[in-house]
Amino acid sequence: MIKKTDVVIIGAGPVGLFAVFELGLLNINVHLVDNLDKPGGQCAELYPEKPIYDIPARPKITAQELIDDLLKQIDPFKPTFHFNQQVNSIKKIEEGWILETSEKIKIECKCIIIAAGAGSFVPRKLPIEGIESLENKRVLYSIKDKSILQDKDILIAGGGDSALDWTNELAKISNVTLIHRRKEFRAAPDSVSKMIELEKQNKIIFELGQIKEIYKNSKDKLDIKYQNDDTINSIEVDYLLPFFGLKMELGPIANWGLNLNENLISVDTEKFETSIPTIFAIGDINTYPGKLKLILSGFHESALMAQQCFKYCFPDKKNIFKYTTSSKELHKKLGIK
Amino acid sequence: MTKLLVKDRNGNISEIKAETGSTLMEIIRDAGMDIEAACGGCCACATCHIYVDEKLYKSLPSKDEDEESMLDQAFEVKPNSRLACQLEFNDDLEGLLVELAPE
Repeated sequence: MIKKTDVVIIGAGPVGLFAVFELGLLNINVHLVDNLDKPGGQCAELYPEKPIYDIPARPKITAQELIDDLLKQIDPFKPTFHFNQQVNSIKKIEEGWILETSEKIKIECKCIIIAAGAGSFVPRKLPIEGIESLENKRVLYSIKDKSILQDKDILIAGGGDSALDWTNELAKISNVTLIHRRKEFRAAPDSVSKMIELEKQNKIIFELGQIKEIYKNSKDKLDIKYQNDDTINSIEVDYLLPFFGLKMELGPIANWGLNLNENLISVDTEKFETSIPTIFAIGDINTYPGKLKLILSGFHESALMAQQCFKYCFPDKKNIFKYTTSSKELHKKLGIK
Repeated sequence: MTKLLVKDRNGNISEIKAETGSTLMEIIRDAGMDIEAACGGCCACATCHIYVDEKLYKSLPSKDEDEESMLDQAFEVKPNSRLACQLEFNDDLEGLLVELAPE
């Protein structure tokens, strides 16, 4: 079944979220698609606890507080979120567009707003020669079905929450070795103490080092060489699970025929529309003369973009400019009695 | 003019203008060199990973816990690994050689 809405916003970071507000004031309904499992983009994923000092009228606010407040601000408009997926393809139809996500969800809309920041978050891949042919087979960056790992020899690499959580979880069903470059871990203290306890009970093995080489050997196992200071050791396992955080990639957007300028989308500064009418780009992903990659620039771009979206969504209606301070109609939309 | 020497991933060394008070990441990025610096310099990723000339490494302010733990997301971490966003340039670093780590 194809879902129908006025506008799809690609990216649920601060700018995508604020765009929901500006569009909502103009009665434009919104779906958002984001590859993360939660709203907030870089703010929520990379630096939730870091303070931001240049949001107007907020002398100091942490990135997560900013996202929480934006979610509160857009709540009256009840946007629909589609997490853990990206928009893979877009198809032009007479009435607008049909988008298809990596989870096979189809959405029909009149306008597309790209608010994708620096791109989709995807797992950071080990830069090791020959690893590509093993990825998603023996080298897994995410685990969809852990039963394939039952009773297998597994090497988990990394020192963050994913590495430690999977170490503790898979210790129950597999033979786990954890490898990390140092004895300290940035994962949650609870997970770290659990892992240390498992190591004491010999339920897992911990090795210090960094992975250097990976080969598939004649026994159909992975031979992995790792280095600690000047010593090189090797280990034979069935699966390698590297957890080195996430990186950002433009992804399928690059193939939609938009005018790009070094992976940024060129827009005009009146409507923030791309080279393809009815597709807009706002926030860090766009570029124009004088562009500053600031959250506040993205907020401004959202407001102007929404004006043009209104024209596309309601070609027969006149948009009468109103202030949230005084308009009873806007108060009603915002749920203010 | 104070300068910084930057070795790129092909081994070529460029001499770039460096201003006191900017971070090494900002200096390298604004010179148009290939440093991702995804988080913009708030020590929330590891995409400005560099190796610092070992002779001068000891004279730099030491890493704090934030920087050390972000380096966990980097590859090929060496004893002279640093995040360029956490190092501020000053006159004592004139002519410092740094190398961009593999991506």
